[in-house]
Amino acid sequence: MAKVIIDNVEYEVPDGKNMLEVCLSLGMDLTYFCWHPAMHSVGACRQCAVIQYRDENDTRGKIVMSCMVDAVNGTRISLQDQKGKDFRAGNIESLMLNHPHDCPVCDEGGECHLQDMTVMSGHNYRRYRFNKRTHVNQDLGPFVYHEMNRCIQCYRCVRFYNDYAGGKDFGVFASSGRVYFGRSESGTLENEFSGNLVEICPTGVFTDKTLRKHYTRKWDLTSAPSICHQCSVGCNTLASERYGGLRRILSRYNGDVNGYFLCDRGRFGYEYVNDDKRLTKVAQKATSDTDAFASVKNLVGSKPRMIGIGSPRASLESNFMLKQLVGEENFYQGIPQHEAQLAETAFNLLRTVGVKTPSLSEIETYDAVLVLGEDVTNTAPMIALALRQAAKNQPREEAYKLKIQKWNDAAIREVVQDRTGPFYTATPCSTKLDEIATQKFTGDTNHLLALSDKIIAAIAGSQGGNDNTDAYANDVAKALLSCKKPLVVSGTGMMSKEILLAAAGIARALKVSGKEAGLTFAVPEVNSMGLALIGGKYWDEAVARVQSEKDTIAIVMETNLAYRFGKKNAESFLKNCKQVVMIDSLENETTAFADFILPAGTFAESTGTVINNEGRAQRFYEVFVPKNEIRSSWAWIDQLTHSKESARHFDTIVEEMIAHYPILEKIRDLAPDANSRIGTQKIPRETHRYSGRTAMNANISVHEPKPPLDEDSPLTYTMEGYHGKAPSKAIPYFWSPGWNSLQSINKYQIEVGGPLHGGNPGIRLIEAGDNTGGDLKNTGSNKTNNGTFEVLPSHHIFGGDELSAKSAPLATRIPDTTVSISSSALQRSGIEGAESLSINYDGEAHSFKIKIDNSLPDNVLMLPKGFNETKGLLFPFFTEISKG
Amino acid sequence: MNEILVQILIIVGVLLGTVTIAAGLIYVERKMLAVWQQRSGPNRVGPFGIFQVLADMVKIFFKEDWIPPFVDKKVFIIAPTIIMLSILMSFSIVPFAPGIVIADLNIGLLFFLAMSSLGAYTIVLAGWASNNKYSLLGGMRGAAQMISYEVFMGLSLMGVVIQVGSFNMTDIVNAQKGLWFVVPQFVGFIIFLIAGVAETHRLPFDLPEAESELIAGFHSEYSGMKFGMFFVGEYLGITLVSCMITILFFGGWLGPSFLPPIVWFLIKMFAFILFFVLLRAALARPRYDQLMSFGWKLLLPLALLNVLITGAVVLSNA
Amino acid sequence: MLSNVRTLWMVFLKMFKKKVTIQYPEKKAYLPPRWRGRIILSRDPDHNERCVACYLCAAACPVDCISLQATEDENGRRYPEFFRINFSRCIFCGLCEDACPTYAIQLTPDFEMGEYNRQNLVYEKEDLLIDGMGKYHGYSFYQQAGVAVGVKPKGGGEKEDPPVDVRTLLP
Repeated sequence: MAKVIIDNVEYEVPDGKNMLEVCLSLGMDLTYFCWHPAMHSVGACRQCAVIQYRDENDTRGKIVMSCMVDAVNGTRISLQDQKGKDFRAGNIESLMLNHPHDCPVCDEGGECHLQDMTVMSGHNYRRYRFNKRTHVNQDLGPFVYHEMNRCIQCYRCVRFYNDYAGGKDFGVFASSGRVYFGRSESGTLENEFSGNLVEICPTGVFTDKTLRKHYTRKWDLTSAPSICHQCSVGCNTLASERYGGLRRILSRYNGDVNGYFLCDRGRFGYEYVNDDKRLTKVAQKATSDTDAFASVKNLVGSKPRMIGIGSPRASLESNFMLKQLVGEENFYQGIPQHEAQLAETAFNLLRTVGVKTPSLSEIETYDAVLVLGEDVTNTAPMIALALRQAAKNQPREEAYKLKIQKWNDAAIREVVQDRTGPFYTATPCSTKLDEIATQKFTGDTNHLLALSDKIIAAIAGSQGGNDNTDAYANDVAKALLSCKKPLVVSGTGMMSKEILLAAAGIARALKVSGKEAGLTFAVPEVNSMGLALIGGKYWDEAVARVQSEKDTIAIVMETNLAYRFGKKNAESFLKNCKQVVMIDSLENETTAFADFILPAGTFAESTGTVINNEGRAQRFYEVFVPKNEIRSSWAWIDQLTHSKESARHFDTIVEEMIAHYPILEKIRDLAPDANSRIGTQKIPRETHRYSGRTAMNANISVHEPKPPLDEDSPLTYTMEGYHGKAPSKAIPYFWSPGWNSLQSINKYQIEVGGPLHGGNPGIRLIEAGDNTGGDLKNTGSNKTNNGTFEVLPSHHIFGGDELSAKSAPLATRIPDTTVSISSSALQRSGIEGAESLSINYDGEAHSFKIKIDNSLPDNVLMLPKGFNETKGLLFPFFTEISKG
Repeated sequence: MNEILVQILIIVGVLLGTVTIAAGLIYVERKMLAVWQQRSGPNRVGPFGIFQVLADMVKIFFKEDWIPPFVDKKVFIIAPTIIMLSILMSFSIVPFAPGIVIADLNIGLLFFLAMSSLGAYTIVLAGWASNNKYSLLGGMRGAAQMISYEVFMGLSLMGVVIQVGSFNMTDIVNAQKGLWFVVPQFVGFIIFLIAGVAETHRLPFDLPEAESELIAGFHSEYSGMKFGMFFVGEYLGITLVSCMITILFFGGWLGPSFLPPIVWFLIKMFAFILFFVLLRAALARPRYDQLMSFGWKLLLPLALLNVLITGAVVLSNA
Repeated sequence: MLSNVRTLWMVFLKMFKKKVTIQYPEKKAYLPPRWRGRIILSRDPDHNERCVACYLCAAACPVDCISLQATEDENGRRYPEFFRINFSRCIFCGLCEDACPTYAIQLTPDFEMGEYNRQNLVYEKEDLLIDGMGKYHGYSFYQQAGVAVGVKPKGGGEKEDPPVDVRTLLP
């Protein structure tokens, strides 16, 4: 702790901070631009100037940049001194010289850090009367809109895009008054985290292009805390609605998970919520004039032979309710058996192997990394972003040895340059993270497994032979053993249980050798872990069941069977059922086979709990009440079984679930219950400036409807309620007086960049004990090798996920479906120069265009998983190839 | 037989007369307010807008008589009738002219005081039955205000009673043949005037319905003819208080003989009605606490002092 | 107390003063141009909609009776897809006009807009948009703004330099 004096008041502050952080953490208002809590200080913008004094006798003081002043004992500064105030106002006036008169047509308006800081500094009148410099904009692709005139040269964008996220196609050009931030030429920003430029930019140079299509000001949005449903990481998001459509996704700060950032799939992959193909009404196939819902209810009430198909896309509550409805022995997981077993393996390993699985933000603290078999950039992008930070830890130590403070970003980067710490990848083909890897290794499943065995052996101390694999294994073992905190990252990406076991084996060996080891698994979907926890029989049994029992009624919940098992399999299954009740959100190939359809809410229209890849249970809330019949799946199921008009309350269902699954005991504290109040008030989803309430529905009827009530959460759907800072577990939007931009997050944190007041939301259900145990022997049967080529799934951030791929902006980024093969393999197979090749799957020939990837081993092919042409393929499989 | 017929005629005459006057006051008040505010007032319905009363009556009769679902229905309906009844009952002791009186009770004045006390019920019950916080506040204010001011009202009249030695209204008028009581009982007159305004909760003492604070106070939830009853009740109240002032302090029907006594009575009464309207046109509403402290800290001692001095003077004269 | 009596007397004397009432509708009062009556949307000198759908009027409205949705033409020029004022709620305070950065929304000296059916008091953009510039002549927001959006070339607005050549090496 250090004692600093700010405006003659003494404060005790933690060591290793700069004065800007200190002031902001103490809740003071100080203007700044270039500093960012995740990227620290460079002292570029001169906006956080304060007066520093030598001692109490010094009355003149000197102007310093607070972000570059170490908060050591006795530091004495003043924010209130008029000289400092004048400097800040003058500085912002200079920054604003060329800033255009754009606010009314600028998407940042109303949540603009520059606006806030201008008001805060007191600069309120433009004296500059001369011409403004202008810039030509670039087209940066479907996600980010570029308007360079507005730039104030704070350099945050390049620092994030290049230094933090590892982007290569963005930079700063020209000099002096001509400085330009953009690409060398117009074109799509390639980095997976380009969307964060929207939040990073203090003004409107980079704005959200998807929001632009249906633009709404921040104050007009109805927002709720949500969880990203596009991958297993479970980033915290703020989802916002206006006029019944989802308008945008923002990152919701959670110091334990995603911090300030989001990947582009999470940020821009929401448009499927607004899709024309949404199922909006309860429908019955053979339409008669009776009430369709009553018919479903009668059907279920007549206690027929029922089976339920659950989904890793659906919340814990929905899966639980379905299981309750159909009974334990009739509940099946709506994913291929192999995939279900993988998720279960991952879930069990994290519980039994005794190695800590770090949260997303903890990943950044590890100083050596081994990535085994997983292309995390594409399967769980935010893990990749965290790994990029982890890779910088070891070289940074060198800077700290030179007595450079941790926040002094420019100086640290000067020391670190491009160096990275020990970072090893072992994957089937080269991945994007290879660019920061110390060494990389590619091989087929068996190679990777052999490598893992050797690494374990090397860690355990036995030296192997001298071939290439051994050398690599030795290097990895040496590097992992020489650091403090080694991390093993793997996942279900290769669809191989053995890989998961091998990764767990390495992590356990490291822990046994006394290291503070970590183990992270990426799993396929948002609630894969949750479905593994709820448990259910496997798909193959369901198929057998409907074949033998012809009078079975299937309730298929949030599962597109055609996407998961292929159209043919899905159709034969559905035809075998006597009747099919489908609870889903989007029309798909299988909805035509449903006798009844109950329209389910997506993440935006439902409330629920999901469990992410580290076993963290997180709550997402309904953002808005749709004007049609859409509702949460659990609510539909509850209404089917209970006689009441409306479903029971969410909290009741959670309690019932906890009674059945004691491991979920802790999720009771996940969020305030629906009856909790702040004083006497609930938390409003709408800001206090929400506009248009008395006009937005006036075209339908001038008589205003009663606003919907929320009996499932501590939030309200209106602007009435508590407008102070919401508790961290239910923050619908970030706002603080004078801080309209997302920088107001500062006010919600105990200290800037740290945990939120009241603790970061989300509860970890899995904590590793001290005992390293668990059986890491593979008990499942290996696939028979009936071909020369092993076909592995490749993943793609855009298109690899069923729902987000339907979002128009994302759809433009989905690559063509190609089969990857190395040129030497082509040569060996004698089909050199072929444009496309044909592979066998399940007795059928499939033809794909060829993409040459020479990093692939000669006996491996890769096909994108989850694309239109490849859906239903169960990876991995073996095949022969031929031209065609 | 004839006497009974006359009595019935008087009863019907008084009933019709007072109610007609009360209804007519709708027009008088609006017109006079306009005059004192340099406006035209009602001038669209008939010549000088005199059929405004009719239009208003038709309107109020045909308005939807809405009883909100959350109210205490029985009490809600009874409340407005009480004010009409109690005030109309009071008129039975008013001598408009020699012989034109329904019941010349020997305790006439006490009867008047008793009846006007009942008026408090209407406000309290209406406020309570409405099941609405503004109504309740209005009702509570009304109750406190009326009960308080009744004290000074009663006391202020005791001077007159002491001087006359009777509660009979005719006696009181006849006792003023020499000198109207407004001269010896000037303090009593002022107190009675103020208390009368407060009793009828007319502006500036309309705190029970203070629209800027309480929407419409105790009658917020009322509409149609039930609201009309409150409305007419208020005008009846004004008429009654004007009658009482005329009788108690301005010699009732007494006056030079070129006009019949009843006309004198009506002239005096209308003068006070107009004064009530002028009060409304000119004065601002005091705060609730100001009203109460004004009553208890100023009017009460003054009224007591008045009784004391009158008593002493009467005693010394005897 | 005495002041109350004085007030009574003064108000009483008003009886003998001339009436100030204007007998509307037989006689019409003079309404100054800045009278706050029926709201309109104006056009800029190029006859394009002035409204850029910035939502400031909606935010300023104390009774929340303005609702709109922004959209863009093919050049990115913002305009409201719909613009709705619920006049059954409007209190004619004029804050929307104050808030408007483009002089698009203006209040006019017209108040005769009574309707028998409340629904008819909901005005859509077609009802609000006029053909002229209203009270403020000659102002064109996009000439002042930094965005180009098909109205002018980049850097072609008032007080703007032509776009910077990023590749020049001159100091």
